[in-house]
Amino acid sequence: MIRVAVKWRVLGVVSICLGWSESAAPAELPAARPAASSLTRPNGATQRVDERGFIHRWLVLEPVPVPGRLTEPAVKEALQLAALPETADAQRIDGGNVTVNGTALKWHAVETLNYNVNLYHFAWALSKPTSNVLFWVETAVDSPRDVTGVRLAIGSNAASRWWLNGEPVIALNDDRQSVIDDGVSKRIPLRKGRNVIRAAIINGGGATDFCARFLDENDQPIQGLTVSVHSLNESD
Amino acid sequence: MLRKLLLGVFTTLALPAYALDGDILIHDPSTVTAHAGRYYTYGTGNGLPILTSDDGWTWRRTGSLMSALPDGKPGTEVLTRGGNNTWAPDVIHIGDKFFLYYSAPGIQPKSAIGLLIGRTLDPTSPDYHWEDGGPVVWSDGIEDSNAIDPGVLLAPDGRLWLTYGSYFGYIRLVELDPKTGKRRYPDRAPVNVAINSEASIPIYHDGWYYLLVTHGSCCQGANSTYNIRMGRSRKVTGPYLDNMGIDMLEGGGKLFAASRGRHIGPGHFGLLDLAPGVQKFSLHYEADLDRGGASVLDIRPLLWRDGWPIAGDNLVAGTYAIQSARTGTVLELAVQGFPVGGFRPRRPGGTGPPPEPQSGPPVADQEPGQVSAQWPATTDVRLAPAMLQAQQKWTIAPVANAGGYPGSPFFRIMVAGTERSLTAAPGGELTAVAFNGAPEQLWRIDQLTDGSYRIAPKSIAGAPAALVLSAAGSSMPTLAKVDPTSDRQRWLLESP
Repeated sequence: MIRVAVKWRVLGVVSICLGWSESAAPAELPAARPAASSLTRPNGATQRVDERGFIHRWLVLEPVPVPGRLTEPAVKEALQLAALPETADAQRIDGGNVTVNGTALKWHAVETLNYNVNLYHFAWALSKPTSNVLFWVETAVDSPRDVTGVRLAIGSNAASRWWLNGEPVIALNDDRQSVIDDGVSKRIPLRKGRNVIRAAIINGGGATDFCARFLDENDQPIQGLTVSVHSLNESD
Repeated sequence: MLRKLLLGVFTTLALPAYALDGDILIHDPSTVTAHAGRYYTYGTGNGLPILTSDDGWTWRRTGSLMSALPDGKPGTEVLTRGGNNTWAPDVIHIGDKFFLYYSAPGIQPKSAIGLLIGRTLDPTSPDYHWEDGGPVVWSDGIEDSNAIDPGVLLAPDGRLWLTYGSYFGYIRLVELDPKTGKRRYPDRAPVNVAINSEASIPIYHDGWYYLLVTHGSCCQGANSTYNIRMGRSRKVTGPYLDNMGIDMLEGGGKLFAASRGRHIGPGHFGLLDLAPGVQKFSLHYEADLDRGGASVLDIRPLLWRDGWPIAGDNLVAGTYAIQSARTGTVLELAVQGFPVGGFRPRRPGGTGPPPEPQSGPPVADQEPGQVSAQWPATTDVRLAPAMLQAQQKWTIAPVANAGGYPGSPFFRIMVAGTERSLTAAPGGELTAVAFNGAPEQLWRIDQLTDGSYRIAPKSIAGAPAALVLSAAGSSMPTLAKVDPTSDRQRWLLESP
């Protein structure tokens, strides 16, 4: 069932319901929707970050329904609700299936044509909900050498949590636009070889997207990194 | 003890205290528009509610705009392209027509922006009538845009532009025909100029186009995160970059106005060009904590610095030194001053070494009771070097029920701790007498685009034209016709 985020504005002491409108939902789904206009299937085994350091290739799990509130406690609750089962590592591949909170979902390898990944496009094209959802995204970044003093820099619409090589590095709460370098990690090491980024993006209503890149000690984008989404098991 | 406030040219430590008077509950107000001696704005709600003011300070609700239409609702084509909600209008006056654009969303992002055409905003006029101009732009519910929140600009070259959009994708720009209000090139694709924001509106200033948008979330009272952001471009079609060079198409946006004081969630910028050197902007706050967290209208000064607009604050009550930007001297009663802390003999001269400087206990501020025994009951007003003396400190306070002007009530200007009020005298000179509430003692204090202030009496009996406070010389203030180019008429309100 398609669900549409509806914003209600009531004059006077204004109140809002930014969320599902069951009564507004069409009765029938279209059989198939056009592919996401800003996303393609990855082409080739690896891809370099772009000239501004943005990572274009990601593995994205179909959205997990969550309440969609965006305060810090609500985000923590959403993460618990949408937690990935430990047994799901082997399925963290393009087309892999995983059951989250009782819902069967699929991983999709995507490559964005823009600097950001439009999760609204992603979910809409799959006839999945775009509001009150949590998206899991992952990618692997290969560095040709050890680099210290690096920062992971992201923008997300809306709240998000980010991990690098299993360590939490960025936490953004509340309703927010995706702004380049909005959330920036503390200085962290980027190790030679594979570095795995995992993130959860939680959306209340409207558009949802994210962008990510690494900055060097002078806050300049790091070039020369390659990205892949094949078999993201951290033990690999 | 009197509160002392520092009000610099561009910054205030004091927080805004006033958000207009009367019935100002509104959400998503259109740009406040002056017409035939009144001010008008329209907001989100059933039929587009109307707020009207005679002076820009005290407002009242005067029905809804759609009630003037035959069916009391948008036309059939607007309803088909969008839906039957009526939100977030904007209005512009071109020639003998008013073009009013409004949002008509259905199930977002399927929406339309409709056009109404009228010849007057005054509902009591026999010419009051709105004609349905149909939908101007729309979104089909699939594309990356949501056709709500129109904002219009008539550029200096005479071309008319409309921006629109919200959180479902792009903010878009189309050109309109200034004769009809409809799209000039309906077959051309709109230009994407920003993304994931609301309440967009372009303005023009000094060779730049600026795109003002609202970021954050609305409609949750004090939990709303609305804030106004902007980018600028040499071309109306963009790219609009913020102060860090980030394109608004990539989420960029320099902050223009955020929550402050008792007002949370500013949004829906609208430019008011009131007079040369005087610009203000209309907006709403998602929550006015002094009005139970309701969404309210406000009007604030607009300043410019380093090529960017700055959100000024309306003047708040306090005690100030009133300094001439022309001369650097300050306004004072024409009385004999006494040095703060009393007279001291001049340090003796001579050829020997100067004495070692010596510190001492703090010297108390000078209060009028210490020095005013010899002040005449009525005095002139003059300019003198700032010495922190009692006759140089002025308490500026709003006058209740005396009306006002866009954004502020009228103020009285009194020597701190006394009843001696700055008064416009016949012939355009100044005096200071006890406050009696006459128009000659009610002052309009507009912050100018450079951050200084223009100070003018509400009116002067017999004066043929509006006069403003002016520094005729280093020691002589007077009232003179407005000259927006002159530092004579620019005043700085400083901590005394």
